[in-house]
Amino acid sequence: MTEFSFKITDFVRIKNQRIFHRKDLIFKTEKSLGLDQFLKEAYQNLKITYPKFHKMDGLCKLGILASEVLFKDHFISPDTALVLSNSASSLETDKKHQLAMSEMVSPAIFVYTLPNIVLGEISIKHKLQSENVFFIENRFNPELLMDYAEVLLETKKAPAVVCGWIDLKNAEYDVFLCLISKEGEIPLSKENLKQLYLFENE
Amino acid sequence: MKKIYLLDDAIISPQGFSTEENLIAVKNEKSGLKFHKNNKFPSEGFYAGIIENELLTEAFSKIGNPKKFTKLEQMMLLAVSSVLKNNPNLNLSETALIISTTKGNIDLLTNSSFPENRVYLSELGDVIKNFFGFQLQTIVISNACISGGLALAVAKRFIAAEKFDQAIVVGGDLVSEFVLSGFNSFQAMSAEACRPFSKNRTGINLGEAAAAVLVSSKKPKKSINISLIGEASANDANHISGPSRTGEGLYKSIKNALKEAQISAKNIDYVSAHGTATAYNDEMEAVAFNRLGLSEVPVNSFKGAYGHTLGASALLESILTKHSLLNNELYTSLNFDEIGVSKPLNVIRGFEKKELNFALKTASGFGGCNLALVFKKELDD
Repeated sequence: MTEFSFKITDFVRIKNQRIFHRKDLIFKTEKSLGLDQFLKEAYQNLKITYPKFHKMDGLCKLGILASEVLFKDHFISPDTALVLSNSASSLETDKKHQLAMSEMVSPAIFVYTLPNIVLGEISIKHKLQSENVFFIENRFNPELLMDYAEVLLETKKAPAVVCGWIDLKNAEYDVFLCLISKEGEIPLSKENLKQLYLFENE
Repeated sequence: MKKIYLLDDAIISPQGFSTEENLIAVKNEKSGLKFHKNNKFPSEGFYAGIIENELLTEAFSKIGNPKKFTKLEQMMLLAVSSVLKNNPNLNLSETALIISTTKGNIDLLTNSSFPENRVYLSELGDVIKNFFGFQLQTIVISNACISGGLALAVAKRFIAAEKFDQAIVVGGDLVSEFVLSGFNSFQAMSAEACRPFSKNRTGINLGEAAAAVLVSSKKPKKSINISLIGEASANDANHISGPSRTGEGLYKSIKNALKEAQISAKNIDYVSAHGTATAYNDEMEAVAFNRLGLSEVPVNSFKGAYGHTLGASALLESILTKHSLLNNELYTSLNFDEIGVSKPLNVIRGFEKKELNFALKTASGFGGCNLALVFKKELDD
């Protein structure tokens, strides 16, 4: 048992053309809509004004959309840590760069061939000069995220942590981000993280 | 927070397939960088530190079948195998495996006699885990050029939280057409052997290496030990492909790492910098080091000896830093000519024997990430 008790303060889910904030469906498009169009419509619907968004790759756009929803009801300290994970790393953009290699390589694509660029984009958008890490796992691993978030909070390396899963594979996306801090009702536990991650599938 | 001890280590690089061989090369100012002809580059080729396939296959044959493993896997398996060989009683059911890489087996996207899924970084983790029979869940970190050092910090944090008592941290990356073409498109590649912090620096060289180290919460029964006593990372929140001009993230990571180590910048005897030899990186580091009062502390970059080994670099350089401390030796920052950053730095110009107690290792990377590690030499009374 830890002497502190941390809470899942807020969470956001993006999957299958739908965005949930906590358990409320806040945006959806028709099922057939492709990734690019979905991202564009979500950006417009959430009324984000951030021209840099349009230069980003799919993974970073998902990160910006998710963090926008997650942060909107909260004061976010610049020391809030980012702890994200996925399975496919930056493979979608890697494949684009690989294709470009036979013709003309673009630095604007190459720079997105790292999974942690999404941490950089979220940090820039929300002015977070904080602890960052990107883990690769073959599936959502609530234990790893919880353990690491707790270490950062208990050792006071961060007053709050954004942790979660942000995967993009063959234009299929699966995003679950949550804000962990001392505020809120839902206790931070492996079971609760898993349940909230699976919620959308019910 | 609890510290961790750095025990046995291994380096697989163009400079040799053991830490000993690498140290001899570094001490003797040898470089693994060579010119490789390639007509895709404006200068008809590029400088890089590349491991010769034949030598690697020969070395790997002693522990496994080279046909079954990719080049990167062979390098990383050799590194881990070397550490395990010196620790035959290590209980693998209680030892975590932490892996750092930026691009892993990215070369398999084109040229592949291996299954398609082998390009996934978690597969790389499984290959290493299964080869040796590690039991705990493998942790894979892919955080650009700070990955290898961040993996050490992550090991320390999980050990402090008592998730495990010991871990093998292994990092590795290749010189691939994929990464070469990307850095070339940024016009970041130097047409000559790179010159970190120099007036005449013209960009980076890439390199490939694997490095592994055993870390533990338990103090080894030796008279001299090296421990990691402080670590921190911080994002610049400034730009995804260029460092902050004020060195904000690096400054903050060093400050936080020193705070955790409960020492001041004045105690630092040696800095192992990132020193990629790009105009912006080296300038940013000089600014951050000066803001912390580190301008007179001996500093080097190992990029002139290895090139930038990406996800392996901060781990490889931490291992070299460990041996610097153990041996009381400062290693030359290769190819340095004349200071080429706007703030003063005490760049190490020649091999030197010097009493060293505390060292700082730093790294920075794409995505605005920065990392600082503080190492301490502990002498038994």
